[in-house]
Amino acid sequence: MEIKLWINGKLTEDNIEPDTPLLEYVRSKGCLSVKRGCETSNCGLCTLWIDEKPVLSCTVLAARANGKHITTLEGLQEEAKEFGEFMAKEGADQCGYCNPGFIMNVLAMVRELKEFSDEDIKEYLVGNLCRCTGYMGQFRAVKAFLNYKRGGER
Amino acid sequence: MKIVNTSIMKKDAMALVTGKPVYTDDIAPKDCLVIKLLRSPHAHALIEEINTDIAKKVPGIHSIFTYKDVPNKRFTMAGQTYPEPSPYDRLILDQRVRYVGDVVAIVAGENEKVVEKAMKLIKVKYQVLEAILDFRKAKDNKILIHPEDNWKALCPVGADNKRNLCAHANDGDENIDKVFEECDVVLQNTYHTKANQQTPMETFRAYATMDMFGRLNVVSSTQIPFHVRRIVANALDISKSKVRVIKPRIGGGFGAKQTAIMEVYPAFVTYMTGRNSKLIFTREESQTASSPRHEMEVTIKIGATKDGIIKAIDLYTLSNTGAYGEHGPTTVGLSGHKAIPLYSKAKSYRFRYDVVYTNTMSAGAYRGYGATQGIFAMESIIDELAEKLGINPITLREKNMVREGDLMPAYYRETANSCALDRCLERAKAMIDWDNKYPRRDMGNGKVRGVGLGFSMQGSSISNVDVGSVAIKVSDDGFYNLMVGATDMGTGCDTVLSQIAAECLDCSVDNIIVHGVDTDTSPYDSGSYASSTTYLTGMAVVKTCEKLITKIKTLGAQYLNVDVEKVDFDGKKVFDLEDNKEISLKDIANKAMCNNNNTLYASESHSSKVSPPPYMVGIAEVEVDTETGKVDVINYKAVVDCGTVVNPALARVQTEGGIAQGIGMALYEDVVYTNKGSLQTHSFMQYKIPTRKDVGTIEVQFESSYEPTGPFGVKSIGEVVINTSSPAIANAVYNAVGVRIRELPITPEKVFMGMLEKK
Ligand code: FES
Ligand code: FES
Repeated sequence: MEIKLWINGKLTEDNIEPDTPLLEYVRSKGCLSVKRGCETSNCGLCTLWIDEKPVLSCTVLAARANGKHITTLEGLQEEAKEFGEFMAKEGADQCGYCNPGFIMNVLAMVRELKEFSDEDIKEYLVGNLCRCTGYMGQFRAVKAFLNYKRGGER
Repeated sequence: MKIVNTSIMKKDAMALVTGKPVYTDDIAPKDCLVIKLLRSPHAHALIEEINTDIAKKVPGIHSIFTYKDVPNKRFTMAGQTYPEPSPYDRLILDQRVRYVGDVVAIVAGENEKVVEKAMKLIKVKYQVLEAILDFRKAKDNKILIHPEDNWKALCPVGADNKRNLCAHANDGDENIDKVFEECDVVLQNTYHTKANQQTPMETFRAYATMDMFGRLNVVSSTQIPFHVRRIVANALDISKSKVRVIKPRIGGGFGAKQTAIMEVYPAFVTYMTGRNSKLIFTREESQTASSPRHEMEVTIKIGATKDGIIKAIDLYTLSNTGAYGEHGPTTVGLSGHKAIPLYSKAKSYRFRYDVVYTNTMSAGAYRGYGATQGIFAMESIIDELAEKLGINPITLREKNMVREGDLMPAYYRETANSCALDRCLERAKAMIDWDNKYPRRDMGNGKVRGVGLGFSMQGSSISNVDVGSVAIKVSDDGFYNLMVGATDMGTGCDTVLSQIAAECLDCSVDNIIVHGVDTDTSPYDSGSYASSTTYLTGMAVVKTCEKLITKIKTLGAQYLNVDVEKVDFDGKKVFDLEDNKEISLKDIANKAMCNNNNTLYASESHSSKVSPPPYMVGIAEVEVDTETGKVDVINYKAVVDCGTVVNPALARVQTEGGIAQGIGMALYEDVVYTNKGSLQTHSFMQYKIPTRKDVGTIEVQFESSYEPTGPFGVKSIGEVVINTSSPAIANAVYNAVGVRIRELPITPEKVFMGMLEKK
């Protein structure tokens, strides 16, 4: 089937198999930051944005993205670096395999939420699994980043 | 020290946080044949007939292999130093299938769709055999899981395939029963830990290509590139010189990737077809056909005087290795050797074990490697003993715990040269405010909070076995290439080893360039496991730097035209103080690239006669809902003695990660089979690992000691950090509601039923 969409701002037209998951489709287009950790929408590794809203691309058909704007970490390199520094300072980047999906969600959270209680942060990110860090380092990084965004120290 | 003991960022941090294509599947060639594996639906069966004719006709199918196509030479997939203690009990494909999920056929085609279609068209006729699913019934059962004649154990580990035994041993004091007779209190209990999945976020994967020299190149997400080379060559029955293994950035390991779970399949396909091929395990395959932690049942008998002096410890472990024996003979040893020495004051100990085959998925290495299981049992019974004696569990531990300078008879008679366990305990106790919280606080509305603790120790590399090597060369303008054979799993060993090198060479970490492993060019390293990298490979770095500095000085002196005895090197220049002459490293490096007979290159190996244990104390504060039995971890405080900490930020995160993994093991993670032997927990839907809302608040501190045999006083940290969670939580649950759980995981129903029974 024919689809037409924007991937990181670039217009893309394709003829795809109707059952292609969005995850496989964007990877085939070179967006290799998007990772698969499961097949059951449990891990959050495949998180990307459709029209600025985070979705799990392993269980969304590419066809559903027809006419929409897709954003992956490839399209947010500057922001990824900015937040990533906080991750790296904590040593919370570890194996890195969960980082892209996690960072996509953190950046979406920062856009979406006005207030951030500790519980709000955990709730927003609860679908992003990480087996390496035990989450504490990620949490410290998010807190430090939010503080910096509000005009605090780096 | 300027660089060791500082929290610098990982060298590859920016690539990881910006999502660069650095992992196996990201760099695989586009034209790979896609491989999938047809798996057995039966726990135990013989293949009577297998017909692939129709399947082969599916357009796009390139080849299908069955047991008839593979070499009939057995090997092991365990990533261990040759000769491996694990039995040679595998074929690439066997006529006998031994668990639900065992591989029946390898299917390779142009894309996933055609391969999946072909898989459905392969016709297999099985003779279904009776299976052994309960590991308590396996030993000396009339059903034999490995009756084959070419089964072989390379090392004397007590293995006997005619008894379903993968290993067996008896060790320690034969007269222990006499000592028990002298004890005022003797206690015996059995503790059961289940299989757990490591679940690195990147599933198992590898691709293979043929290079222009006609050699097989395997790119794999592995912890053990050098062992993969041997395993692939053994499996294919070809010369090791025909195989090259490359390890790119890997997405987590935790021991899962210390077994070559799947590299042999793409290697075989590419070897047979000449085509590039790749195999990516789904999460379901990674759950159903991988190498989880060995299920163990640990029985401990412990004897003490009435004032709490432990006199004898007798420990028996039954371990389930599953259908194949990978890591079976070695994991079991740690269940005793790393649990008993925590109380090394006991004058008598005995340690016996059996490791048995069953028709379940093969077990393998998982962080903690048997110590986790043994320590759960030991740290539980210590609390039970304390209760029986009416002594505070901390006091009982203080009376009996290993301290610096103690001989540890059950730990290969090694001496605890560096041990801050006592200081860890004191600090952890203060961090949790033990005296005010022990044993419980009723929070009202049906919730009770309790605190409980656990000790842990591990080793640092496998003594007299593991080898770490590095090579360093001086390049243009005086930067250094550090070549390592150790695998960075994300924990940061590339950076940590660079820190050690920079410290020795007196330069900035940015002046050290490091990259992943390639068995053709990297110096040999036994691999990243057994908590060996920082301790062992780190020492190889120190030795290599010493040698390299001598070479730099020699060449510098030659260029300065002075005697080498008179010069020194400060990281930037070689100088002669008396004559006020100097030459910069930059000039030496560049000059050395013209008319030079003395390479600025050094390479050293290191192996250790001892395996000094890191120690840890973990204290859990849990909240039990008395209406449902649900347990929540509220706080977890831990203090670790890993000698000198090279990179505090990385060590801290690694510790937090280990504790969280341990919390999963304690509370939810369970590999569950149906009564037909097929796996129920085959996805993240059914197999629950902790989310960020499940781990409470974890706080970690370090209590340093100085280990004389490690670089800059270093010991290890990778594994010790997973061991305290289960016993600390079990003890905390007991202290909260008086229910003793001796079988993991500590599910709400077990706690709830326990509370009902008490009423
Ligand atoms: S891959 Fe796990 S949620 Fe999509
Ligand atoms: S960093 Fe490895 S899974 Fe999160």
